[in-house]
Amino acid sequence: MRLFKITCDEAATICDKSQYNESSIREKLMLYIHFTRCKICRLYTKHNILLSVFIKGNKKMICDKKHYILTEKDKEKLRIALEKQILQ
Amino acid sequence: MLETEKHTLDPTKWIDLYADYLFNYTITRVNDADLSKDLVQDTFFAGLKSAKNFKGEATERTWLVSILKRKIIDYYRKINSKKGKAEVRMDFYNDGENEGNWLEERVPQSWENASEKDIENEELKNQLERCINKLPEKYAMVFRLKTIQDFETEEICKELDITASNLWVIIHRARIQLQKCMEDNWFNK
Repeated sequence: MRLFKITCDEAATICDKSQYNESSIREKLMLYIHFTRCKICRLYTKHNILLSVFIKGNKKMICDKKHYILTEKDKEKLRIALEKQILQ
Repeated sequence: MLETEKHTLDPTKWIDLYADYLFNYTITRVNDADLSKDLVQDTFFAGLKSAKNFKGEATERTWLVSILKRKIIDYYRKINSKKGKAEVRMDFYNDGENEGNWLEERVPQSWENASEKDIENEELKNQLERCINKLPEKYAMVFRLKTIQDFETEEICKELDITASNLWVIIHRARIQLQKCMEDNWFNK
């Protein structure tokens, strides 16, 4: 059982990794064992999951996955600057 | 035997061919339009300077992107005040019998009005966006890449030249700050 004992610090990292499906089964098991004796980590995990749900649900709005392009004015500025460099 | 085609450089066409691609690549990483424009310009200038080193094995675009990646790493290092140092955890006791336990002042508070139903709430969306925008630049960059852009851990570490352990410390700090921001401005307001 000692092998499965982790600190809150380690529990928080496992919880963070779990939000991205990057924790192992062993780590998850250690986290659940830790929960049996740590209310704070349970609360942190609850909030962390909720945060992930909100971000996931609103990703489109947050991310605004549009394709960013430069304006013609910006491109012209860049073109002039680059041409100057080429001539130097 | 097949001979691989050698690529060549033509800087006079860079703006038309690659400016938008490089700008989009940069802004999705640094989340700042003006900074992205500067980094793209720096990339073109650096490309011109090192054109003589271009071996023609990669395409022109791949070669420019590799220069840009270096510029992004340099920028990330510049905003990271603890240059070259490992990220240190701040929410837990570092030594003594409490080592690894939560620091009292960092213990999360209960959220009074939290519910998954809020996911559709327009005002909550805006608050979340405001909280993400309030993150310190270097946390925001890693957090956005990992959480919003869905980059793999390995890819971010490679792009920003940081260790996986550092990445998880940064993600933790960003998440703690976001939780606190949402707590103060939404859930326990």
